[in-house]
Amino acid sequence: MDSRTPKESTGYLRDFDEPFALKNSALLSSRYMKRQLTKHQRIDTAFRVLTFLAALSILLVLAAVLGTLFTGALPAIRAFGWKFFTTSHWNPVTEEFGALVPIYGTLITSFLALTIAVPVSFGIALFLTEISPRFLKSPLGIAIELLAAIPSVIYGMWGLFFFAPFVAKEIEPWIANHIGTLPVIGTFFVGPSLGIGILPASLILAIMVIPFVSAIMRDVFNLVPPLLKESAYGLGATKWEVVWNVVVPESRMGILAGVMLGLGRALGETMAVTFVIGNSHELSASLLAPGSTISSTLANEFTEAVGELYTASLIELGLILFVITFFVLAIAKYMMIRMQNKVGGKA
Amino acid sequence: MNAYTFFKALLVSASLTAFSFASAAEVTGAGSTFVYPVLSKWAAAYKTETGVSVNYQSIGSGGGIKQIESKTVDFGATDMPLKPEELAKKDLVQFPVINGATVVIINVPGIKPGELKLTGPIVADIFLGKIKKWNDKAIATLNPEAKLPDMDVKVVHRSDGSGTTFIFSNYLSKVSSEWKTKIGEGSAVNWPAGLGGKGNEGMANYVKQFEGTIGYVEYAYALQIALTYTQLQNQAGKFITPNDEAFAAAAAGVDWSKAPGYYLIMTDASGPKSWPIAGSTFILMQKNQTKPEQGKEALKFFRWAFKNGMASSKDLHYVPLPAATTKAIEAGWATEFKGVDVKSL
Repeated sequence: MDSRTPKESTGYLRDFDEPFALKNSALLSSRYMKRQLTKHQRIDTAFRVLTFLAALSILLVLAAVLGTLFTGALPAIRAFGWKFFTTSHWNPVTEEFGALVPIYGTLITSFLALTIAVPVSFGIALFLTEISPRFLKSPLGIAIELLAAIPSVIYGMWGLFFFAPFVAKEIEPWIANHIGTLPVIGTFFVGPSLGIGILPASLILAIMVIPFVSAIMRDVFNLVPPLLKESAYGLGATKWEVVWNVVVPESRMGILAGVMLGLGRALGETMAVTFVIGNSHELSASLLAPGSTISSTLANEFTEAVGELYTASLIELGLILFVITFFVLAIAKYMMIRMQNKVGGKA
Repeated sequence: MNAYTFFKALLVSASLTAFSFASAAEVTGAGSTFVYPVLSKWAAAYKTETGVSVNYQSIGSGGGIKQIESKTVDFGATDMPLKPEELAKKDLVQFPVINGATVVIINVPGIKPGELKLTGPIVADIFLGKIKKWNDKAIATLNPEAKLPDMDVKVVHRSDGSGTTFIFSNYLSKVSSEWKTKIGEGSAVNWPAGLGGKGNEGMANYVKQFEGTIGYVEYAYALQIALTYTQLQNQAGKFITPNDEAFAAAAAGVDWSKAPGYYLIMTDASGPKSWPIAGSTFILMQKNQTKPEQGKEALKFFRWAFKNGMASSKDLHYVPLPAATTKAIEAGWATEFKGVDVKSL
């Protein structure tokens, strides 16, 4: 056989350069072309179906999880209805359950954690990208990534053994004496200094969330085209003006994505919170008092939950966390789309 | 290979491994975390002696009950016994295997282990949130020689469901009518006050770290972490310091023969030397053994444990069952199980 006869192609990619080599060859028959074409079409279809199946599996898993949670929670939904959201009794002995305390705990700890974490992460990211001398950049960056890699149970143990006593001795007495005495706001800061409760849990969560949010913010700040920044500097803008008028508007979407990722982590965080939140089902306005979150309640009580209604109530808690997370993501997505439209409109 | 066949292959291989595990000479069990240390000690000794391995997963009493109900294990272990009605309904056989004691622990500056005297009603009032100060009159009159500080009482309870909580709340229900009506007993209850610590370790750490705290743990934990335990007044009115003799006295005073399905919680035991907060771990097995050989292997193991394991359990600060009790339990097997030739054990 002539060595220039086109060989049966085995791969899809190889064919891209082969036709180039064979361009001048008159041996390229139309039959060969057709065969190649149908073959590629077949590969293409198979590829499309496979990726579609992969994508579909996500939806299936999601639907299966939702379905399992819902059927599991059904006895509790039937027994308590909407009262589940508005009552704070959690009594396994009489089988009366209300989820107000864990829902409140989940939302308030995540909110507080982000209130602390977002400004700090913003500062970290700005320093790293705009201000830091070159020799500091990589050690600081690596340190942040290392913090993000620490398992949450380590944070919990550190929180319980070191951070909680520290908060109880140094931070909470000060808060109780200075802020706790103020009118209105004071009601949120009263009670004995235990070092265990909603505030310490929020602080730990903030520490855990900071590396995530700041790493993402740093990355999006780095993506701002240097041309824009240099133009601004060229016009005589100060560092602050460049950051506030060029870097931040340019990376708004990324910042929001980072915040949402942090929020997602804070909402679902289990072990670290379980260690330091105090695991109490009593409703209290004070941030110094012990409380519980949805995930800490599940971690604590699921293994030993006996009886249908108890288990169902815990599963309903899981369902609620699922729904809360869904809405948080949906709102974030909506905000992003709106922002995108706004930016697009301006341009 | 598409996703479907891949998944099928995965399933098949998974079920094959599961099958091969079940067919080996192996007894499987699951449940109570409290009994885990002694069970694993027994299992290791039993394996070297007989070659039969006992695989026990300490997933919690609630999990143990679920597993034996669905017949995925040969035996379940629970710290909270099932009532005779429940046993009948679920076709399960129940018997105690080991006892354990729970002690009250405190962290009050200036008070040494075993120094402070408390009564059941006072402990109930503390956990109800009614006694708020360590120098409360009720505590002070019992302990005239102790220097009690003017300090807030911080209650610590278990945040997870636990056999220890069941024994403790069962005891409080027996000694305080207010506790019985308001709170009741269970592996998890609606705590009116305090902080929740996860596991014996979580509880022990809270009490160790924070001054003014009171909690309850297994005796072994109180010793290991050197916590300050208290004396308690028992049913006979005597103040008892927790130790092995006091626990043995409580175990000896129990008459299992009058408890159908061995449904008996040995808290608030009578007898002048008995420690008042003690309970047992119970083994649950299917009444109708579908795999009699497996059931037989499990019973063989427990018979071995009754004979050879009781003495060694003391090293781990468990409280052995008296020999008369274990004899009665073994004698009961012959009538309780169906499909198992108990005589040929």
